[in-house]
Amino acid sequence: MTEPEVNQSLAADHGLKPDEYQRILDLLGRTPSFTELGIFSAMWNEHCSYKSSKKWLRTLPTKGPQVICGPGENAGVVDIGDGQAVVFKMESHNHPSYIEPHQGAATGVGGILRDVFTMGARPIAAMNALSFGEIEHPRTRRLVAGVVEGIGAYGNCFGVPTVGGEVRFHPAYNGNCLVNAFAAGLANADKIFYSAASGVGMPVVYLGAKTGRDGVGGATMASAEFGEDAEEKRPTVQVGDPFTEKRLLEACLELMASGAVISIQDMGAAGLTCSAVEMGDKGDLGIELDLDAVPCREQAMTAYEMMLSESQERMLMVLRPEKEAEARAIFEKWDLDFAIVGHTIPEDRFLVRHGGAVKADLPLKALSGSAPEYDRPWVESPPAPALAPVPDMDPAEALERLVGSPNLCSRAWVWQQYDHMVLADTVVRPGSDAAVVRVHGMAKALAFTSDVTPRYCKANPFEGGKQAVAEAFRNLSATGARPLAVTDNLNFGNPEKPAIMGQFVGCIKGIGAACEALDMPVVSGNVSLYNETNGEAILPTPSIGAVGLLASLDEIIPMAPGEGEALVLIGHSEGHLGQSALIWELWRRSDGDAPHVDLRAERKAGELVRALKAEGLITAAHDLSDGGLAVAAAEMALAAGTGVAVEAAEGFAPLAWFFGEDQGRYLLAAPEAAVERILADAIAAGVSARRVGRTGGDMVRLGASAVALARLREVHETGFARLMGEA
Amino acid sequence: MKSAVIVFPGSNCDRDMAVALGAAAGRPAQMVWHKDAALPPGLDVVALPGGFSFGDYLRCGAIAARSPIMRAVVDFAHRGGIVLGVCNGFQILIEAGLLPGALMRNQTLKFVCRDVMLSVETLDSPFTSAYGNQRLIRVPVAHHDGAYVADAALVARLEAEDRIAFRYADAAGRATLEANPNGAVGNIAGVLSENRRVLGMMPHPERLADPRLGGTDGAPLFRSLVEAVSVAA
Repeated sequence: MTEPEVNQSLAADHGLKPDEYQRILDLLGRTPSFTELGIFSAMWNEHCSYKSSKKWLRTLPTKGPQVICGPGENAGVVDIGDGQAVVFKMESHNHPSYIEPHQGAATGVGGILRDVFTMGARPIAAMNALSFGEIEHPRTRRLVAGVVEGIGAYGNCFGVPTVGGEVRFHPAYNGNCLVNAFAAGLANADKIFYSAASGVGMPVVYLGAKTGRDGVGGATMASAEFGEDAEEKRPTVQVGDPFTEKRLLEACLELMASGAVISIQDMGAAGLTCSAVEMGDKGDLGIELDLDAVPCREQAMTAYEMMLSESQERMLMVLRPEKEAEARAIFEKWDLDFAIVGHTIPEDRFLVRHGGAVKADLPLKALSGSAPEYDRPWVESPPAPALAPVPDMDPAEALERLVGSPNLCSRAWVWQQYDHMVLADTVVRPGSDAAVVRVHGMAKALAFTSDVTPRYCKANPFEGGKQAVAEAFRNLSATGARPLAVTDNLNFGNPEKPAIMGQFVGCIKGIGAACEALDMPVVSGNVSLYNETNGEAILPTPSIGAVGLLASLDEIIPMAPGEGEALVLIGHSEGHLGQSALIWELWRRSDGDAPHVDLRAERKAGELVRALKAEGLITAAHDLSDGGLAVAAAEMALAAGTGVAVEAAEGFAPLAWFFGEDQGRYLLAAPEAAVERILADAIAAGVSARRVGRTGGDMVRLGASAVALARLREVHETGFARLMGEA
Repeated sequence: MKSAVIVFPGSNCDRDMAVALGAAAGRPAQMVWHKDAALPPGLDVVALPGGFSFGDYLRCGAIAARSPIMRAVVDFAHRGGIVLGVCNGFQILIEAGLLPGALMRNQTLKFVCRDVMLSVETLDSPFTSAYGNQRLIRVPVAHHDGAYVADAALVARLEAEDRIAFRYADAAGRATLEANPNGAVGNIAGVLSENRRVLGMMPHPERLADPRLGGTDGAPLFRSLVEAVSVAA
C-alpha cells in the first residue's frame, strides 16, 4: 500500500495549523513520514496537548496535605487515612457521544475507569454529568436514551456503582451534547502505580484487547468544531467491551500485586502513541516499538493505523523482566492478550518499526515537550443585562411548574438504568445531595457529587466558576462529609475566539479562588474545547466532581426530615433572581447577574452544618441551589413523604424569597427543642440563620399559597418519562 | 455452613454474595474459579452470583453454563446440594438445565435497578423458611434480562408444586402489573427446583442484608440456609 505524500495540506487534514507543521519541519530538519505526521497530530491536538489551556490550568491550586498526587497522572490521588487513598478523575466524551450516543458514552465510562485502575485502584463509584439540547430538538431524545443506555451498559457490566451525576437541558447544547464521566477508586496509599518508565532495556508489554481500526484519529476529531458533516465522523468513534475491561481490571490488579509492574499507562486518546510517549517522557527514556508484535484483530493494518487506533480496553506496561512468565500466566488466566512490543532505550528517541522498516524515528521528548502552547487572546465577558421585573405569580403554582420542569424533575428515570448498588456499599443512593459509598470493610465512607450551573458561568464566568466548586462543597457538607478535593472537566467552545477564551479564563479564576478558599485542591481534570456546531458555542460548563470523607456512617446527614420538625434556613438571603431557575424554566429568561459567592461565608456555613450534626442537633439537611428555598423544601418533603410549611418573609417579594438563588445556604430540619441552640451556634459561628417553617401534613405551603405533596410528587416523578415521550 | 461462590470472569456480585453468606454462617465463603473442574469437598451451599459472566452480549448465562465448574455444580445439585443463583446466577441455572423456563429482556427494554417488593410465596424451602410471618419483603433488582417466561403448563405445574418462591408484589402483597419491574409471567421473581434445593431469583437479597445499606429483608434468606444446613447436620 502506498502512503500519501506528506505536505502542508495533509497536515491540515490532520488538524495541524501551518505554523505547527512548520514547527515539525524545523524540529526534524526533514519532512515527516506519514506515520510520523499521524503521531504528531495525535500528540499536538488540543485534546492531548492542552495547548490552549495549559497556561491557565497552571494557576489552579493543586496541593494540600491530603494530596498524594495531583494533575499530570492518569488520575488524582488523595489520602483518606488508614493507609488508604481515593483515586479519581472526570473526563469528557462529548464529540463521540454526539455522533454515536451509546458507544460514545460507553467508551467514555470505559476510559475513565481505566484511568483509575491504571493507578492501582479498584473503582468503587462512578458519576456522570450530562448536558443535552432542549427536549424539543429532534435529536435530543435519541441522545438522552442512547447516552444513558451506553453509560448503563458499560458501568453495569463492569460492576461499578453509578451513584450520581447531573442531567441538564438547554438549547445551547442542541448541536453539541456533553458527556462527562467520573470514576473513583480505592487503593493502598503506598501501592499507587505511575506512568514513568524506569530502567533501560526493560520490556514494554501490550495488554488487553486486540487493536483494530476503530477510533483512528479520534482525538483529532475531538479537537475540532462540528459542521454539517458530524455524521460522517461516526467511524472515528470506538466500540466498548465492558466484559474485556472487567477482565483487564482484575488482571491488572493481580499483576500489580505480584510486583511485576514498573510503570503502566492506559491506551486512551491516541492509543499506543500517547501511552508510549507518556511513559518514555516521564521516565526520561526512549521507547522502541516493534509493531509486528502488536495483537491485531484486523488484517493488514498499517503502522499509521496501529499508532493512532483508539481500540478500547488496552494497556501498556513496563515489566520487570524476571516476572515475565508470572505476568503472562495472569493474563492467560483472564484470556487477555499479552505481548512484548518493545523496549526502553537510553536515548531520547521514539523508534517505531513495522514489517522490517522504520516507520517513525522521532525525538521522544519533543513530542510532548515541544508541543505548541498558546497564550490565546481573550476578552472579559461583558456583564449580563440587569434583571428585568419578574412577573407576579402564585408561589405554589410556580413551584409545581418548576419541580416538573425538564431541569428539576426527578432523575430516577436515568439512574434506575444504572446499577447504583453493585459492590453492596452504597449507603446513600442517587437523588440526594451527594451519594455516599462505604469504604469496604471500614467504618468510614466517601461522598461524591458533581456540580456546575452553566447559566451562571455564561452570565458571569468568575462567579460561575466559584459557584460550581461552592455547590459541590455544599452538597458534600449537606451530606455530612468533609470536602477533600475536586476534579474539573472544563467544557467550552472554540478557544480561538477571544470571547470564548474569556469565558474559560474567567471560570478558571473562579474555580481557583473557590478551591483555595474552600480547601479543595484540583487533583485531576480534563479540558474539552471546540464544543461548537456551526459556530454556536455551548454554555461554558466547567463540571466539578468532588469527593468528601466521612469518618463514620454516623456522620451522614439524611435529606429526609421527620414529621413535626422545625425548618431552619442557614445562610444569608437577598432574593437574587438573576439567572435563576425560576425565570429560565418559567419564562425562558436569562437576564440578570449570576448570584455572587461569598467564599468565607460559604465555608463557615458548611462547617456549621457539620458541627450541628456532630452535636446531634439536626435530623436532616439539604443544600439550596436551583429553585432556592421553595425547591429545597419541596425536595425534602418528597424525600420524607411529609408536607412542609415555609413562611413568607417580611421585606421580600414572595417569588424572590421562595425562589431566589443566593449562595451559601442550607435548609435544616431539627426538633423544635433544638432550634434555639442551632440559632445560638449560628450566631457564634457568624452565620445567618432563621427558623422558616416546619414539617408535617400533606401539603407544601409557601406562605399563604399551597399545593398538595401528592400533586408535586406526580409532576416531579413522571416529569422525565413525559420528556421522553413515555408518559 | 460451608459455602462457595462461583466466580466467572464477568461476575461482579461475587464479593457481595460472599459477604452475605459469610455474615450469616460466621465463616467465610470459598471463592471457586470457573475454570476449576471440581468443587471443594464438604460444601453445603453453592452460590452463583450476579454480574455479566461472559459479557452476556448474546444469551445471558449461556457460555457460563458450559464452564468446567458447572458440570460439578450440576452434579452437586443432583446429589441434593443446595444451590442459589441470583440474577445472572439465575440465568446460568436455567441455561444449565437446573431450573425450568427462560429469562427474557425486560419488557421496558431498559436495565432496571431499584428496590421492589416481593411476596414470599412459600416457606417450604431451605431459602425461605426463616421468613416466618414476614411475607412481604423489600429487595433490589438490577438487570436487563429478567422477565421470567414459562408456558401456561409450566406455570400451572410450578404453582401446583409450590415451587414459586417469590413474586413481585405491591405494598399490599398483590401481584399487580404495576408491581412487576420486568414483565415476568405471573410476576414470578424466583423459582425452586423439583427437590426444592435449587433456587433461582432475579432480585438481590445479598444487597439488603446489612442495616447500614438501608434494609435487612434479604438477611432471612441467608439465615434460612444456615438453619437448613444445621438441621441436616
